Amino acid sequence: MDAMGDATRRAILERLLAGPMAVGELARDFPVSRPAISQHLRVLKNAQLVLDRPLGTRRFYQVNPAGIDALRRYFDRFWSDALAAFKKAAEEAR
Amino acid sequence: MTSVESGRVTPVRKTISVKVPAERAFEVFTAGFDTWWPRSHHIGKSPMRTAIVEGKAGGRCYSQQEDGTDCDWGRVLVWEPPTRVVLAWQITPDWQYQPDIAKSSEVEITFTPEAGGTTRVDLEHRHFERHGSGAAAMKAGVDSPNGWGGLLRQYAEVAEKS
Repeated sequence: MDAMGDATRRAILERLLAGPMAVGELARDFPVSRPAISQHLRVLKNAQLVLDRPLGTRRFYQVNPAGIDALRRYFDRFWSDALAAFKKAAEEAR
Repeated sequence: MTSVESGRVTPVRKTISVKVPAERAFEVFTAGFDTWWPRSHHIGKSPMRTAIVEGKAGGRCYSQQEDGTDCDWGRVLVWEPPTRVVLAWQITPDWQYQPDIAKSSEVEITFTPEAGGTTRVDLEHRHFERHGSGAAAMKAGVDSPNGWGGLLRQYAEVAEKS
């Protein structure tokens, strides 16, 4: 199943980017049942987009930072290469 | 903007020294964008013909494609020649144009004159968290053949040949 193919799941992810939340808090913000939220979270967790951890009697969900790390790594390499090309162009143009 | 704020995702920072005065470095970076921007790096459906950054605040950042279409990918947010330019990076992780600047990251480039007629160029790509749900989907986006990762590989091949 496409973990991103559902508007509710995208909205849940957006909410979790602001910080970890428990299922109950998430359910309050969406016009769907708490079991439905749990089901969405399971899909997101299986897709490795979110992580969960217990805290006291509750379970908190958060965005998996590995996704964001991948983005940073990508741009780290991209800008190194692009700036090297820029330097070459600038110095050749003298 | 949502409650997702800067600082959550560390910016990417790069510095390079070029052996030309700041005015020249700024000009090549902006007016000469097409002379150095990686050819494989665009969001069009046909090969890229020209890469353009319009030299004014609010200017378009776009590419002209061989099929005659224009592909916007950003805006000039700050235009301060020859010292600073800030561009909105209006591209989603699955490589689509993002019309909403509030959901875009940004790239700041500063040009600082140094001794001997050289210029230090500092680049900061920041606010990745603004890509919102896209930011969370980056793992999928970056890893997919059509995502940023795929384009990087394509770019690396071209760069190594040149």
